[in-house]
Amino acid sequence: MDSANIEHSSSDASGSSKGVAAYLASHLREYGLLLALIVIMAFFQIVTEGTLLRAVNVTNLLLQNSYIIIMALGMLVVIVSGNIDLSVGSVMGFVGALAAVMIVNYDISIYATIVVCLIVGGLVGAAQGYWVAYWKIPSFIVTLAGMLVFRGLSLWLLEGQSVGPFPREFQIVANGFVPDIFPAGIGEFFAGIFDARKVNVLALFAGVAAAIIIFWMGSRQRARNKAYGIEDEPSSFFIARNVIVAAALIFITYKLSTFRGLPNVLITMGVLTIIYAFITSSTVIGRRIYALGGNAKAAKLSGIKTERLTFLAFTNMGILAAAAGLVFAARLNTATPKAGFGLELDVIAAVFIGGASMSGGVGTIIGAVVGAFLMGVLNNGMSIMGIGIDYQQMIKGLVLLAAVIFDVYNKQKQG
Amino acid sequence: MTTLLEMRKITKEFPGVKALDEVSLKVQKGEIHAVCGENGAGKSTLMKVLSGVYPAGSFEGEILYEGEPANFRNILDSEKRGIIIIHQELALVPQLSIAENIFLGNERASNGVIDWRETNRRTEELLSKVGLREAPTTLVDSIGVGKQQLVEIAKALSKDVKLLILDEPTAALQENDSRKLLDLMLELKAQGVTSIIISHKLGEVRYVADTVTVIRDGTTVSTLPAKGLSEDDIVRDMVGRDMTHRFPEHARTPGDILMEVEDWTVWHPEHKERRVIKNASFNVRAGEVVGIAGLMGSGRTELAMSIFGRSYGRNISGTVKLKGQPVDVSNVPRAIKAGISYVTEDRKSLGLVLDEPIRFNTTLANLEAVSSGGVLNRNEETRIAEHYREALATRTPSVFQKVVNLSGGNQQKVVLAKWLFTSPEVLILDEPTRGIDVGAKYEIYTIINDLAAQGKGVVMISSEMPELLGMCDRIYVMNEGALVGELTAAEASQERIMSLIVNE
Ligand SMILES: Nc1ncnc2c1ncn2[C@@H]1O[C@H](COP(=O)(O)OP(=O)(O)OP(=O)(O)O)[C@@H](O)[C@H]1O
Ligand SMILES: [Mg+2]
Repeated sequence: MDSANIEHSSSDASGSSKGVAAYLASHLREYGLLLALIVIMAFFQIVTEGTLLRAVNVTNLLLQNSYIIIMALGMLVVIVSGNIDLSVGSVMGFVGALAAVMIVNYDISIYATIVVCLIVGGLVGAAQGYWVAYWKIPSFIVTLAGMLVFRGLSLWLLEGQSVGPFPREFQIVANGFVPDIFPAGIGEFFAGIFDARKVNVLALFAGVAAAIIIFWMGSRQRARNKAYGIEDEPSSFFIARNVIVAAALIFITYKLSTFRGLPNVLITMGVLTIIYAFITSSTVIGRRIYALGGNAKAAKLSGIKTERLTFLAFTNMGILAAAAGLVFAARLNTATPKAGFGLELDVIAAVFIGGASMSGGVGTIIGAVVGAFLMGVLNNGMSIMGIGIDYQQMIKGLVLLAAVIFDVYNKQKQG
Repeated sequence: MTTLLEMRKITKEFPGVKALDEVSLKVQKGEIHAVCGENGAGKSTLMKVLSGVYPAGSFEGEILYEGEPANFRNILDSEKRGIIIIHQELALVPQLSIAENIFLGNERASNGVIDWRETNRRTEELLSKVGLREAPTTLVDSIGVGKQQLVEIAKALSKDVKLLILDEPTAALQENDSRKLLDLMLELKAQGVTSIIISHKLGEVRYVADTVTVIRDGTTVSTLPAKGLSEDDIVRDMVGRDMTHRFPEHARTPGDILMEVEDWTVWHPEHKERRVIKNASFNVRAGEVVGIAGLMGSGRTELAMSIFGRSYGRNISGTVKLKGQPVDVSNVPRAIKAGISYVTEDRKSLGLVLDEPIRFNTTLANLEAVSSGGVLNRNEETRIAEHYREALATRTPSVFQKVVNLSGGNQQKVVLAKWLFTSPEVLILDEPTRGIDVGAKYEIYTIINDLAAQGKGVVMISSEMPELLGMCDRIYVMNEGALVGELTAAEASQERIMSLIVNE
């Protein structure tokens, strides 16, 4: 999970050992984001008198934001490549509508529907990517057109009506939980300790395991960096950061375990996040996307097939938007003509809050995911507090602006 | 003579780098003061400190200007006092006209409405002052780099300049353009303008400068009157040792023909009726260094880029053969695969991903070699980047430094490293030593010789004739898109090359 961060923050590491202050100054962005998330969570935890971190709400928080996070992964890639995709909300809604029509109206099997929907998503992305990549039409315009087209298509497909409900097997995609594989005895034992009604041991176990793996991988990376003399994160920071991340993970899974366990979408989300973090930070194709966004001409002259890469970034975005559409439809248990309206803005905001740059070449998967969570907690917390949608919009807008101003300020100071 | 400027014990640190370490500089009123030093010595940084790019407080030391302490918070502050800097990288807006550029941010206007008559009239005055015959309405885009430099100076003159700072103004210029610019500096001096010039071209330094300050590793080594100072003296101070030869010894015995280009014709990408390259044919032998001489705009870069994966032009016809076999160079990956590499002349916009570190840039054109199954091996990457850093003596605290933070010359070395790492059969170098100091030039020449000794072919495009004469076994002369002559090392001389160009 950390390798993505380390890869791109090591780029401005200067190699020699620096003071803690200097280190903090050059990594203010990463820590700032983490800190902001913690502060915001603490704030809402207090003002909602503990509702925010109740087991039910933690579960809800994850379910509510799953489709945003899934799309943020693809959006990060698109934005790093120097483009933008405004159509994802509409594509998501369109795919949800397609799934509803196929399953509810035509009784097509769920698996076939899922496969068809993902393929359609890919085709939609490819169709938009084609114009951006090979015809050099600005992505803003192509996907703005796409946004309108797919909004219209959803309406047409649903004939202006909501279509639902879905069969139970399909709802599980979004609302299901992974059953506990540990014997009931262990669960009862923990239930006794935690003073809970029941405990899902698998969830607890997954949290602890994830924390250990993250720490282990981080230490390995750190040891390797040290061998090259390029590690500049003071050990106190390393430990503090890992303790916070581990504590958060274990805490969240503990909460989940006392409710219904690990949601299916959490697994999907986690796996996708790991895959995309790995692709962007450690593979040839990931490297090329950063080069493309950083300097397209230089990338092209270095033998990188920039057109194909752009095309793939949009295709990938389409597939992820389709996946998000399935999750969204399953969660609401119905497809409505207005599903997904405006969601692209939340996704894009999450990516920018996560530190990506409008001009391309900068940004990390982890940043985008944390950015999405930050937005999610804001949404959730404000809803619990009963703040009206009007204020919510304004506050979210200001948070986005603040994050980007912080970025620019930081960059100028270092420049 | 009075002292116009005194910089005392200037120290400027960047994370991990001490760019300036108690540098002092004293400039007399009315003189032309040259600042020399190796790549990364700190010349540009010193000028940025002086002009307020790095504001007071971000460095240590003292600046006395016109006898009083100067604390510039930004460029505007220093401009108000008549200090105008023209940076190493030109800062004109290509889509605007000459007049618009000159008065950008300083518009001739009343009540917010631009007075075009006045603007154009003033521009004409300024252009005639700098000896540039172009209409004020000409787009900057459409004039060459040499003329753009003159526009920059005209812009400086429009601001009532007292101290003009030129950071490598002639690096991208042809000799006659350079000469024009230097003469202009002398003329401005006669009008009482003081100048500071940074240059790696020591011949020019000797031509214009009254005083020469040499900086090495962020400290002042010497400040001496230019009179009586030889180029070798300057070089000795710059590199800290004697450098008797500018070109490394080489004894080459070229083998068979390695690459052969036949009947190469290229049309302009936008102006469809314009033929940019006209039936060019040339070859390189194994172990040979071949030069391409020509004026700016003669089509040398276009020739090279069109061969390298059709990166320039349209309707390209002709054949490229490697070792007698026709090869497919229809896109960059194929050209690289065939064994051709091209080192661009424009490192900033075509060569580097500036916001990424050296390591990232070094391996970019050959990621296959540092990955398996599509997964990068970072340790291997670091090793490779380190290897080239040492081999090319790139000055940087580490290969994890962002390229944008390197000095111009060191950036050039990173571009070179990237292409050396593709292990090409034929390496096409486009102005490989632009903005590079004498010591580093020598290192690059050595690398070129090593490549030739390994049986590779090297094509070298250069506007510096001494470089071509000193390094090449054969020189092609290009003019207006056609190869108009070929000279062996023995035949070639500056005069013969020029006469081939002029005769056309
Ligand atoms: N913003 C920066 N951050 C970090 N290091 C920097 C920065 N700017 C310059 N440096 C470092 O400071 C040193 C001096 O750089 P400077 O650009 O002044 O060199 P220079 O003498 O102008 O060289 P050249 O002849 O190649 O232009 C170099 O080692 C460079 O890497
Ligand atoms: Mg410089």
